[in-house]
Amino acid sequence: MSLQVAMPKSWRVDTKPHKFCPGCGHGLVLKAVGEAIDELGIQGKVVYGCDIGCSLLSWDFFNVDTIQTHHGRTTPVITGIKRANPEVIGIAYMGDGGGYAIGSQHLVNAAARNERITVILVNNTQYGMTGGQMAPTTMPGQKTETSPYGRDPEKTGYPTQGPEMVAAITREGAYVARATVAKPKQMKDFIKKALENQINGGGFSFVEVLSTCPTNWRTNAEDTWNFVEKEMPKYFKVGEIKVPESRHEEGK
Amino acid sequence: MPEKPIKGEKRYFMTGNEVVAYAAVMANAEIMYGYPITPQNEIMHYWTRMAPKYGKEFLQTEDELSAGFTTVGGVLAGRRAFTATAGPGNTLMQEPISMAEAMRLPIVVVVQQRGGPSTATVIYSQQEVTLTTIGGNGEGFRIVYSTASHQELFDYTIKAFNTAWKYRFPTFVLGDGYQAKMRESLTMYDPEERGQKMIPTEAYVGKPGVPGIDRPPGQYRNTYNVEEEIYEVVQQYTREFNAISPEVAEYESFGTEDADLVVVSHGVVFRAVKEAVKELREAGVKVGYFRPITLRPLAEKELKEMAGRAKALLMAESANGQLARLVKDAIYGATAEIHTLYKPGMGISAEDVAVRIRSILG
Amino acid sequence: MAKAVKIVLAGEGGQGVQSVAEIIAEAANEEGREALYIPNFGVEQRGGVSVAFLQIGDEHIGSPKFNTANIVVALSERAVRRTKQYVGSDTVFVYDSGLEGIEDDIPANARKVLAIPALQVASDELTPRVFNIIIMGAVVKATAVVTEDRAKDAIEKKLGYKFEKNPKLRDLNYKAIDRGAELVAALL
Repeated sequence: MSLQVAMPKSWRVDTKPHKFCPGCGHGLVLKAVGEAIDELGIQGKVVYGCDIGCSLLSWDFFNVDTIQTHHGRTTPVITGIKRANPEVIGIAYMGDGGGYAIGSQHLVNAAARNERITVILVNNTQYGMTGGQMAPTTMPGQKTETSPYGRDPEKTGYPTQGPEMVAAITREGAYVARATVAKPKQMKDFIKKALENQINGGGFSFVEVLSTCPTNWRTNAEDTWNFVEKEMPKYFKVGEIKVPESRHEEGK
Repeated sequence: MPEKPIKGEKRYFMTGNEVVAYAAVMANAEIMYGYPITPQNEIMHYWTRMAPKYGKEFLQTEDELSAGFTTVGGVLAGRRAFTATAGPGNTLMQEPISMAEAMRLPIVVVVQQRGGPSTATVIYSQQEVTLTTIGGNGEGFRIVYSTASHQELFDYTIKAFNTAWKYRFPTFVLGDGYQAKMRESLTMYDPEERGQKMIPTEAYVGKPGVPGIDRPPGQYRNTYNVEEEIYEVVQQYTREFNAISPEVAEYESFGTEDADLVVVSHGVVFRAVKEAVKELREAGVKVGYFRPITLRPLAEKELKEMAGRAKALLMAESANGQLARLVKDAIYGATAEIHTLYKPGMGISAEDVAVRIRSILG
Repeated sequence: MAKAVKIVLAGEGGQGVQSVAEIIAEAANEEGREALYIPNFGVEQRGGVSVAFLQIGDEHIGSPKFNTANIVVALSERAVRRTKQYVGSDTVFVYDSGLEGIEDDIPANARKVLAIPALQVASDELTPRVFNIIIMGAVVKATAVVTEDRAKDAIEKKLGYKFEKNPKLRDLNYKAIDRGAELVAALL
């Protein structure tokens, strides 16, 4: 295993090493975001917003203009920026709690209005920053600090199917996909497409990324990887869910 | 650049909400974000009617959280952005406003107060003073103009944009349901024709050049790791807020030098107070008034001097002492006796004020 | 300087009290006088009594609402009950003589109580649609806040586009102003 990982050009070198826990998936997602920014040559145009939760640790992560907002409120902040200055490429980066619980009305309405922004939502099945509470995405039976005997779907419902919901409420032109840190190349590809869709003036672009949280999962490396690679996809189907019509054509 | 709707100076007769929309256009505001709530709706109605003619933008959001946070986004993008709200909407909007306070973002918020608590009435009150001046978690780093007439709604809406962008504190125009819905005359004008320059805006994000190559990235946070960090930030803001307070604070007063009783009021209630005090003065009663125009910061020095001289004060407001709490804090140590005329959620007429003054003075 | 004249107009939704108040306010403003008009705009506006508060004077008006009016005009039974609170010893209270069951609600403390057959005149002589304009004529005559000519100009400004198409409407409205004024003048 190589110790020296090549950093994307758009990363801020002086703020590395980053502040995420060992084994956390955020670093992998942010690497894919950085590479996508590099490949698209949009470092000078991106405005990156991060939520509250572990995502806030990325507030000085990139050499791009960045705004750290409140829990769930990154979507409206980036929407406000994009509406006021349509020249920028707006990225709203958040966790599952921010996007599907406290900020769900913003996600739903930004999607329904077809805001020309890119939302990247990291799903690690619980609230990381606050210490591992149950999230909308917690798996049935999964133990968290607020579901210590395992999530009981009878009482607390089933995991939120975020991209499926977004796909259902967006119109033609939207890009919706679910990626996983277990497939980094595909993840970067989806994120890049989501950004391209915004660059091309398409509609709302949304990528959920299945990610890891060994700290709160209390898992070793093997179990961590097993959970994200084998368990999570049982509920969260990885792949592109909605792609703009033109892309269908190109793909044929 | 599209033309402006008003050239020269002209007298108009219209509702307060219409006045605010015109003032925002004349102040070169560029984008409004908003969510429907009575009694501020017509601000959005008039803004959206004028928007395409004068190159303005509007976004109707899903709630006031979003209206506030998109307004935050608008100023981050360097636009003169504003929103308007009332009552329960003002409650929700305190979250984005606290972010604007933490990051010194010059958002402008027009509040047309309605009755409280809860949904209460859609009509009128002065019960959003505490909420608007102090807000949520934090220290109330904000500037609040409380208007009393349509002329002031126009003047101070324009001024609010300059105050916000000059000092980089969230700035409020605090009106109410009466001011929003009533019609009266005012003179509208192009501030620039009067030599009143609009302070240029500045982008926080999305500036030219590649960050890290041509310039450092613009990176802004409101979260801190340790006590010492946030303490330092709040201390710095406190120093700056205190330093600008004397030049920001506005008030008007009358007859306080020799008054046996000074009536303290703000906003639309001041209209009743002014009328009553003037009449009683003409009748030989030694009364005066002190009206803070900025509720935050208050004209503390002048208030304290006034309260030091006056034998008695009468606090008149359409709330249970929300202004009085701010004033009492400012005049701490003064020996003037304090009387009250509180009508939460109810209008106060000149007759009400006159009757109360006479009952106090005997 | 004389104090502002304070007017309360109240009726059922659809009787047009708000538009009468607005037209008078605008007429006064056009004359260079100070006017302040505020509708009651609570939940009452849906199915309740519609009340207009209007003040006209020569100086900037004080508080938008007031306790006692110089003239109160009530156009429905409910409006009589709703507005008697604004009546004092200086108030002229005007109501439509066709209203029923309000005998006990007519304020006893008013300076003067005028019952005018506005509804009847509207339906017998003109058309029920100009009922509110008759009221406007009565208010203008009783308060002298604007001249009757200025009131007609204000109507012209408001409804001129309709008069263009149908000049008879103009005559009808002007007649309504005159008749309203006459009804009050006979009683003052």
